[in-house]
Amino acid sequence: MNMRLPDSNAMQQPAAPRPGPTSLSDLFFSVTILALQGFGGVLAVIQRELVERKRWLTNEEFIEDWAVAQVMPGPNAVNLCMMIGARHFGLAGALTAVAGMITFPLLLVLLLAALHAQYADHPAVAGALRGMAAVSAGLIAATAARLAVALFKSPVPLAWGVAIAVASFVLLAWVRVPLAVVLVALGGLGCVLAWRGLRS
Amino acid sequence: MSPHQIILGLQDWISLFGHFLGLSLMSLGGAMSTSAEMHRYLVEQHGWLTQTQFNEAIALAQAAPGPNVLFVALMGWQVGLNAGSHVAAVCGVFVCLVGILFPSTIFTYQVAQWGHRNRQLRGVRAFKQGMAPLVIGMLLSTAWLLASSGGSAGPKLWLLSIASALVIWRTRIHLLWLLGAGAVLGGFGLV
Repeated sequence: MNMRLPDSNAMQQPAAPRPGPTSLSDLFFSVTILALQGFGGVLAVIQRELVERKRWLTNEEFIEDWAVAQVMPGPNAVNLCMMIGARHFGLAGALTAVAGMITFPLLLVLLLAALHAQYADHPAVAGALRGMAAVSAGLIAATAARLAVALFKSPVPLAWGVAIAVASFVLLAWVRVPLAVVLVALGGLGCVLAWRGLRS
Repeated sequence: MSPHQIILGLQDWISLFGHFLGLSLMSLGGAMSTSAEMHRYLVEQHGWLTQTQFNEAIALAQAAPGPNVLFVALMGWQVGLNAGSHVAAVCGVFVCLVGILFPSTIFTYQVAQWGHRNRQLRGVRAFKQGMAPLVIGMLLSTAWLLASSGGSAGPKLWLLSIASALVIWRTRIHLLWLLGAGAVLGGFGLV
């Protein structure tokens, strides 16, 4: 550890051994189970399952890995689980996590495609999907609320952090600015502020 | 079986695979960001999918659990079915899904490993920690768009969203209970 860094994050040395996946199959099924709960947002389920329940990573680590997964090409949720798998088991962990993310959801979506023609117009099916989407929306909002705690520990000044969060919400949800633009402009602003905050 | 009949030769399969390999590295922010290019290639240029099939692949993948990238697998499945057999459909799933995932996953793996080795660098830490406010804003906007999707989101659906947000925020209850409750309420037409 680099002791010159004033940030408590970087020097965090947990006393107890960190929980993590006990084996590749534990990793595979943990990822499978969280993928199968993700209606419209697997990322929020990852936070719920791996940070809140299993404690494989902290809120701060989740956000940091998420930032990398987001700006890299490819599906974010797949990238994020791949990085977590790689952290624990190297390349084998990365491949296992991707396989867990894809295998059973793929079989399920193919099954749904086969059933689709018969039942898609059934009002109960449409209603059930609507209800699950509403719950998922609540989950994602709750995840944002939980992650907001990280703003207090961030090298980005709190007022700036809140302003960036609010501005990105308004631009993405209401003005419908393309994600890439917001990512570069507001993400870039956040990085510059964090860079300056880390110096002092 | 399929009303839309096409013939795919080996060259076409290679072209399809190459196309998705190329799209993979361009799929910043997720595979959905390249769906317009997929539409141009599959529907307009080659006619391997109809417009309806293309739309249904996206809608189904979003309604189903799992990562949204599975819409690519559904497109491959449908292209194969259009070519006449379930064997071709399975081939289509593998060609499209491996194509869209392989290059981006290798690239991300390398960058993530580099970032982890150099996690003490000020630039790496500034990048990772500086994105946090944006992450929160993006999650909120996703929640907003999901809650207001369909155009028919009435006050009861909003109430369900807000209630689940509060329960999930304040408790550790397993998500499947809430998803099940949402499915039952919606299935019986209560929300």
